[in-house]
Amino acid sequence: MQPQDRERPAGGLTRRRFLQAGVAGATGLALSGVGGWLKQALAQLPPGSYNPQLQLSFPVEPGASLRILRWSQFVSTDQPTYERMAQDFTRRTGVPVRLEYEAWPDVQPKAAAAANVGAGPDIVLGFFDEPHLWPDKLVPVTDLADYLGRKYGGWFPVAPQYGHSAQMGEWIAVPIGAPGSCLNYRMSWVKEAGFDPDPAKFPKTTDEFLRLCRSLKSRGHPTGFALGKAVGDANSWCHWLLWTFGAHAVGPDNTTITLNAPETVNALEYGRQLFETMIPGVAGWLDPNNNRAFLAGEVALTNNGISIYFAAKNDFPEVAADMNHAVYPQGPAGRPTELHSFSQAYIFKYTRYPNAAKEFLRFMMEDPQYPRWINAMLGYVSHPLRAFTNLAVWRSDPKAVPFRDAVARMLPHSYQGTPGPKSARALSEFVIVDMVADALTGRRSVRDAILAAEARLKRIYEG
Amino acid sequence: MPSVQVTTAARVVRPAGLVGRVLENHHALGVMMVTPALLILAIFLAYPFGLGVWLSFTNATIGQAGRFVGLGNFRYLLGDSVFRVVVLNTTLYAAAAVVCKLVLGFLLALLVNREFRGKRIVRAIMLLPWIVPTSLSALVFYWIYDPTFSIITWALRRIGLLHGFINYLGDPNLARASLIAANIWRGIPFFAIGLLAGLQTVSPTLYEAAAIDGAGTWQKFWFVTWPVLLPLTVVVTVFSTIMTVGDFQLIWIITHGGPANATHLFGTLAYQRAIQGGFIGEGAAISAFVLPVLVGAVMVSFHYLRRE
Repeated sequence: MQPQDRERPAGGLTRRRFLQAGVAGATGLALSGVGGWLKQALAQLPPGSYNPQLQLSFPVEPGASLRILRWSQFVSTDQPTYERMAQDFTRRTGVPVRLEYEAWPDVQPKAAAAANVGAGPDIVLGFFDEPHLWPDKLVPVTDLADYLGRKYGGWFPVAPQYGHSAQMGEWIAVPIGAPGSCLNYRMSWVKEAGFDPDPAKFPKTTDEFLRLCRSLKSRGHPTGFALGKAVGDANSWCHWLLWTFGAHAVGPDNTTITLNAPETVNALEYGRQLFETMIPGVAGWLDPNNNRAFLAGEVALTNNGISIYFAAKNDFPEVAADMNHAVYPQGPAGRPTELHSFSQAYIFKYTRYPNAAKEFLRFMMEDPQYPRWINAMLGYVSHPLRAFTNLAVWRSDPKAVPFRDAVARMLPHSYQGTPGPKSARALSEFVIVDMVADALTGRRSVRDAILAAEARLKRIYEG
Repeated sequence: MPSVQVTTAARVVRPAGLVGRVLENHHALGVMMVTPALLILAIFLAYPFGLGVWLSFTNATIGQAGRFVGLGNFRYLLGDSVFRVVVLNTTLYAAAAVVCKLVLGFLLALLVNREFRGKRIVRAIMLLPWIVPTSLSALVFYWIYDPTFSIITWALRRIGLLHGFINYLGDPNLARASLIAANIWRGIPFFAIGLLAGLQTVSPTLYEAAAIDGAGTWQKFWFVTWPVLLPLTVVVTVFSTIMTVGDFQLIWIITHGGPANATHLFGTLAYQRAIQGGFIGEGAAISAFVLPVLVGAVMVSFHYLRRE
């Protein structure tokens, strides 16, 4: 491999470029064997945005070896595929790769220890603001991120918000995707409630959604959304609730707390009406509770990743046959405002082999490794680069399709501020979830819940 | 006739070297014996403890070293509404749980102190809640307190005493009560076994003398058992208080400190802030607040232990 970076300026369609892309695409098709998505990518993307002719590789240091810390698999097909990919990398570059796995909430403390100590894994696959907690300890990856963006149709808007550090003026992490969260519902009960069970016809506005929930509840099939300290489920639906009504916690200057606004009141008032359609006990729900309740048929509708569907396919086939997924509806904000667990890979500066590390990340994010990995995860993780929109996994099971555009539809959890230590703290303290829980259960009035959350946020953001 | 040569073994004389002299010296030997234990305590207890206290005076985060900020963390915490709730939670949790464990443990010890068939088996079974790893029993309690699938709710509904569902972990006060109940279940054996051991040391002649003087059951307890057992009871209570105030596993597994921080204790809040949030200095400060309680407890127990 030649250690060069041959660049072509992007944009501007010429017939030659289009033909080149077409030829390259066809060649890729023939060579990689996972070509279905390539054709569709070419068909759906703006011409010239997919640039397979771009090449980049980093000069791997002699005698290099890599230690990688990543989150444990959500699906049993993930790790074997990832390991095969790592072995493939070793074969091509001679760099041995050692993989370590941790349950996803435990990655951050381990990475934190490594950051503090100055030794540990070379590459970490983490979540949310992790890289922004120690931005000066990370290897800048701007060249890699720019290359991937130009080659694969561009990053979705949320990706640079997470990957780029304003403080450092560089990309400090490479976005790798997000486990998505969608509404999970029982089709037969939705039909009984008088609504079309087809995901494409599922309620698209918050008003219609509330009507559906009320109808479900009146027929003895309540909904259920976590309001306890459920790190995944509570955060995703509570932030959606706030944002879809145009409310947000902090302003773009990352200091002003903008929570105390009429939009927040509207969001919580709506939430209260939604709460009346829920099963009792949601205020104590952690992440597994809604899975259990849904699989047992106690709730007709909840929000979750694709894990309920997997468990159903294995152990509850009647539920699997009767369930489907839909994207969150939209309120007055008029556009998708979702929160998913954004994951990115970053390289610690203490590594002795930064080029080998960057080369590994490049290899991981390129065709055909990345599509193969996403397909192996059976819909669990969604892509951050536009060109990967039509991978085989999204065409194999129509029930997985609503999870496909998770990264495209999401906002950063720090909205409207930027990811960093303060937003990390606000997220880990469950400020938003507690506010929603207080207001919806009636523990506090809407006004008081907002004031309490605002006070907590002020302490966090203004120190 | 061959001459028989008898040789006597030479008496081995140890050279009076430095090592020999040291080993024979009582004081030096004592120091040598204690040093390994001291080292272990110093490295694994004193150093982390000192580091923790130091960190509580800095604004260290998990990625950055931080500067000295004096009492800044403590001032911040005292003004933090969540922290104030946690102080109340911990006080309530420790007080309620320890008192109940003491009373129930004592009753259990008194019951089991008598002679009856199967005494040994009962005493062994009685220890089980304490022996079972907390994380496992906490997981079981997580199911027992599930709003939909609770066995208690199911049983009450079957009998007909209940028609709805009990929101064990969703309502703040009910959540506190549920966790206190779980802690009591787990902690009773500690009191029972400790007090049982103490009861066994009470001389039966004292009871006989009391009976001769016309004492009834309650008076026997109040005038004979209780005074003899008081020092042991205080020590056991103090240890239990220390462990209850520092409880982590039970809370974390069942509620993570929720709902709305109603079941957060010092330990769980410190973990959430220091490890999950990354604010190590503040987490250390939260833990440091427990110190006065523990120091007081230790001093009380020292007083009673010395009297023994």
